[in-house]
Amino acid sequence: MLLETQKVDNSLIVKIKGELDLLTAETFRNLVERAITAEKAQHLILDLEHVDFIDSSGLGVILGRYRRIREQGGNMAIVGVKPHVKRVLELAGILGIVKVYHQTEQALQEVN
Amino acid sequence: MKAQNTIKLTIQSLPENIPLARVTVAAFVAQVDVTVDQLEDIKVAVSEAISNAIIHGYEHRPDEWVEIEVSRSGHTFQIVVRDYGKGIADVEAALQPGYSTDSERMGLGFVFMQSFMDEVKVTSEVGKGTTVVLVKHLGSDQDAPS
Repeated sequence: MLLETQKVDNSLIVKIKGELDLLTAETFRNLVERAITAEKAQHLILDLEHVDFIDSSGLGVILGRYRRIREQGGNMAIVGVKPHVKRVLELAGILGIVKVYHQTEQALQEVN
Repeated sequence: MKAQNTIKLTIQSLPENIPLARVTVAAFVAQVDVTVDQLEDIKVAVSEAISNAIIHGYEHRPDEWVEIEVSRSGHTFQIVVRDYGKGIADVEAALQPGYSTDSERMGLGFVFMQSFMDEVKVTSEVGKGTTVVLVKHLGSDQDAPS
């Protein structure tokens, strides 16, 4: 799994490449947590365009970051999710609380 | 189910082995015509079953073993994931959403298995271990052996 972070205004954009499962969940959680804190980001945008696989371990990390962002008064959005990953997110109920956008720019506008 | 082909895979109880196991199962299932969505469903279910064995069965002890057996009968696939860990005291309760006590985990492992597979059977004995049987029907079974 590879992570790339970028701060735009008060939003942190995290691009993830690879698989989100028990193997990668802890690294994913730690890197995103550190980046949110270091960048003093209010909002979080997760770019899942290059995520090929996700299970409940990966979903747990996404939900945990959603809770943190909401607790600090921010918003979270997801960008570019593949169909089979989207089905997993949907089944977990994440799509009921986090919106999915096709473009990062659109997500940036919405979280602000 | 009378199997016409079977593979057995035993992995050490390490998260590093989960991707290998689910890809191996998916490659075995791909012997028949299968859609990408069906393969992904199976990969998620297998990943959940093995993750449960490592997290709950063995409580992350790395020196244990998880056994995976995959059998094909026509277009029906049966995947058995077995651990010899602490077992589940109340299987019925464990099958409910949100059973996990870990706030970072969603307690959705069995929900995903039940949603993505056609049959899920869980047998467990405290102190002996847990066996999860996942079954997926991938079309006509007219060519299944009798």
